[in-house]
Amino acid sequence: MKGMCVNIAGVELKNPVMTASGTFGSGQEFCDYTDLNRLGAVVTKGVANVPWEGNPTPRVCETASGMLNAIGLQNPGIDVFCERDIPFLKQFDTRIIVNVCGRSEQDYCEVVERLSGTDVDLLEINVSCPNVKEGGIAFGQDPKALEHITREVRRLAKQPVIMKLSPNVTDITEMAKAAEAGGADALSLINTLTGMKIDIYRRRFALANKTGGLSGPAIKPVALRMVYQAAHAVSLPVIGMGGIASAEDAIEFLMAGASAVSVGTANFADPAVTMKIVDGIETFMRAQNIRDIREITGIL
Amino acid sequence: MKKKEQCEVLRQEELLPGIMSLTIRSGSIADNARPGQFILVYSKDHAKLLGRPISLCGIDPEAGTVRLVYRVTGAGTGTEEFSAWKPGDQVLVLGPLGNGFPLEEASGRHLLLVGGGIGIPPLLETARQHVGPCTAVLGYRDSLFLQEEFDPYASVLVSTEDGSEGFHGNTVELLRAMDIQADIVFACGPIPMLKALSAWAQEKQIPCWLSLEERMACGIGACLGCVCRTKETDSHSHVKNARICKDGPVFRSTEVEL
Repeated sequence: MKGMCVNIAGVELKNPVMTASGTFGSGQEFCDYTDLNRLGAVVTKGVANVPWEGNPTPRVCETASGMLNAIGLQNPGIDVFCERDIPFLKQFDTRIIVNVCGRSEQDYCEVVERLSGTDVDLLEINVSCPNVKEGGIAFGQDPKALEHITREVRRLAKQPVIMKLSPNVTDITEMAKAAEAGGADALSLINTLTGMKIDIYRRRFALANKTGGLSGPAIKPVALRMVYQAAHAVSLPVIGMGGIASAEDAIEFLMAGASAVSVGTANFADPAVTMKIVDGIETFMRAQNIRDIREITGIL
Repeated sequence: MKKKEQCEVLRQEELLPGIMSLTIRSGSIADNARPGQFILVYSKDHAKLLGRPISLCGIDPEAGTVRLVYRVTGAGTGTEEFSAWKPGDQVLVLGPLGNGFPLEEASGRHLLLVGGGIGIPPLLETARQHVGPCTAVLGYRDSLFLQEEFDPYASVLVSTEDGSEGFHGNTVELLRAMDIQADIVFACGPIPMLKALSAWAQEKQIPCWLSLEERMACGIGACLGCVCRTKETDSHSHVKNARICKDGPVFRSTEVEL
């Protein structure tokens, strides 16, 4: 449907539905269940300059209307990613957004430079992972550090840069403004909320990492509030995510000010959910006589 | 495209308190599944998002059915909800998933199946499909289930931790005490059992495959929640972590670090 096109920092997406980093691999495992051609973009699992082993298991557990994860950004490193994952995704008519993670500013810069010569559409910089000891969230909770790393990445990047923000802060608008000041082309939020679960019978933490990132429908109201606040605090396009499991959820985020949305944990509950959300948005638009999705973007 | 499938519950019975046997109609799963694979079964409670991985205890392509034998893991859990399902109920599942046991490796050879507790069910269909002699060593805490159903396909030896039935001790103690011989081993059960079995198989120089389990989210290899440590770097992860849901759940005992 033509009226579903959206534009993120000069890159046109056929619809506003994308996958949230870490929930979709690089698309390969999902392509038996989802036609990747139907998605606005595939956002890959975070990739670092070298392979990362991630955390010990258990890495995941379910909670009420959600789940905790502490995968620890296991990834095969940028070399394998460029050789295997980018060519795989290029077979499909969808945009490629590469999520970049690192332990130090240098790590991020190395990956961004490596990607500058590749045919990917956008970069998403993960400065918000709560599950790794170094890097990640350390950059996403301090506005000065966030502004600095945004500037460094922006200087090296050949593609538009999306900064992915953490909800584990007091004032999301301060972080959004810091990313904007550093030259970010877009924002995505929210990453997971730090949480915990205890197995009272074994008297142990449910996750080996003790804490993990909470995701799923349980966090949607928090995510929606933060997307609304961030979208009104800066003039950058915002990609909204956090507990989206249906077209109705996605439309809430669009109305709150998101230009596009990412679907994360819902992919685990139904590996075909992203296509259903695309269809559902289209059905809503027809029913409500909306010709262009942008008519409802940020109407609140 | 593959997708979640709605299936009809045909039968459900309690084999022991908290151990359920559920048969559902799914022609596509029955046609495509092999022993040692699993399916995800979804709760109808929208507050429970993730499918519960349950191994296939029986696969019947002619009837178009699969049978699951699972344990109810506690009050308020998804498996407790499943245990109340009645014939005629419609339930959502995804599968078959994972690799399954390498039956072709065992064909014509003396297969030893070693199962512990709720690890026993996937071995039943394995025994049924195996071509060649088969010994099943089944370990329980106290009460037995499914052991009689192995009789047509295997010579069955039972151990119980409390000594109430069969050999008093665990399965690997039984293997040692009775000096069991075999050409190849397939096993499923708790980690301590698999560790001890792996050491026994190594000593005896018998090739051994283990079915592992871990908390999982997607079940299709994307989320990297259910990894196990491996001795060598694998071609997918490029670190020493294999995905139990996708690369497993069955691994060569010499590949994994338990």
